[in-house]
Amino acid sequence: MTPLLIAQIVIVVVVFHALLLSAAAMVWVERRVAAALQQRMGPTRVGWQGLLQPFADVIKLMFKEELRPKAADWFLFALAPIISASCAFAAFAVVPFGAQTTFFGLLGDPLKLQVADVNVAVLVIFAIASMSVYGIVLAGWSSNSKYSLLGGLRSSAQMISYELSYGMALASVLLIGNSLSLTDIVNGQSGYWFHVIPKWFIFLQPVGFLVYLTAGVAETNRAPFDFPEAEQELVAGYHTEYSSMSFAMFFLAEYVNMVTVSAVATDLFLGGWHGPLLPESLGWIWFLIKVGALLFFYVWMRWTLPRYRYDQLMAFGWKILLPLAVVNLLATAAGVLYFGA
Amino acid sequence: MTFFYVFGAVAVIASLLVIAQRNPIYSVLLLIASFGALSGLYVLLDAPFVAVTQIIVYAGAIMVLFLFVVMLLNAPHEETEHDEKIHPLRRPGPMRFGAALAVSLLVELLWALTRGNGEPNAFGEASVSSVRTLGRVLFTEYAFAFEVTSVLILVAMVGAVVLAKRDPRAHT
Repeated sequence: MTPLLIAQIVIVVVVFHALLLSAAAMVWVERRVAAALQQRMGPTRVGWQGLLQPFADVIKLMFKEELRPKAADWFLFALAPIISASCAFAAFAVVPFGAQTTFFGLLGDPLKLQVADVNVAVLVIFAIASMSVYGIVLAGWSSNSKYSLLGGLRSSAQMISYELSYGMALASVLLIGNSLSLTDIVNGQSGYWFHVIPKWFIFLQPVGFLVYLTAGVAETNRAPFDFPEAEQELVAGYHTEYSSMSFAMFFLAEYVNMVTVSAVATDLFLGGWHGPLLPESLGWIWFLIKVGALLFFYVWMRWTLPRYRYDQLMAFGWKILLPLAVVNLLATAAGVLYFGA
Repeated sequence: MTFFYVFGAVAVIASLLVIAQRNPIYSVLLLIASFGALSGLYVLLDAPFVAVTQIIVYAGAIMVLFLFVVMLLNAPHEETEHDEKIHPLRRPGPMRFGAALAVSLLVELLWALTRGNGEPNAFGEASVSSVRTLGRVLFTEYAFAFEVTSVLILVAMVGAVVLAKRDPRAHT
């Protein structure tokens, strides 16, 4: 066991638990921010300022009875939440969250703050995002309930539609970054224009960023695009029939997906761990700040905007967002050709 | 080499189980498993781009559509018992034709397998792994085939739209 291998294992364990904790933190943030936006208190009783509320929720969920509809397909019913949760965690494996570091000289060789440095990282994220739809679709189908089935069908239609725009937004960043590796893309965003404006791709790709963010919200099934769940019309959509920890796994997957989408947006558009004041080795603090800001934006949007109508969602995806993304991609390609990468 | 046999076994067994299923949803899922194993084989061949593309295009996009259609048609089980006598494909003529096709496929497969020089690493070093090289070859050497394929898919798409389009006179 070389020190580097041990450090790598430590990173895997830390990232996994950080994601679990971030999901718990997001539950708290979501409830507190929602409460603040609606002029109520939110959870304040469990722990200081209600900080232990998510853990109380998890304990409650663990002791709930695991129900399964009699007519459900038991194998797929059990498999669906596992697919959802594992896809959510797997996508984060290729996301870099800090510059190479030796931990203040603790290690001989510098270590990348990333679980796996894949040279096609952007495509891996896209591939795993496209696989995560199966969890929802299978949950909807195997529950053998009309609400679940409608939720599953809506979700597959929605994710197929928005995946295209999502991919186009990724592709336009790839053209500028001139690489498929997230580490290279982040390193391409260091430095400043005119000593003031950071060289983040959001300034080169404002349209791409908006398309990515919109498609990202749709991909994670968050309001205002939360049609697979849509409490008022579908009870809870694809997870109507789920209870106890299976339900918790869907819940977990949703929040981890949010974190992953925000982290990828940070790497692609917001300069990753690059930022002023802090040295390179503490860049992960900037990374956390940026991801946190995006996550807050997510929550803010959910409690501000009402849900679209379903046909509006499909029309928006195909008739506005996708053409916009295609035009943006073509303009970016022309720009890269003209100005050089 | 161990990984090769693991992925290969998964791919073959999953593919066989696809046609052994009564429930089309399980067939779709097993096909996805088979695609996943294939993509693992591509990784072993030092072609991560092809591996990821396999997942994105086949497992991620096409199979979702398959699943979508199967769910929409709501056909949980293939009807076998009373279907057997009337189904035109179950008559002796088509079945013989199918057997002939299967035999010819088997012969082709044997021919293709014995033709290769048997070296496991037939791909040049880093020739497939680099996306840059792949893109350049695709858009220069194979540009014609590439464009023709895209036109073919476009034709199929237009055809599907035309077929699915509601006749305005029929619904009055």
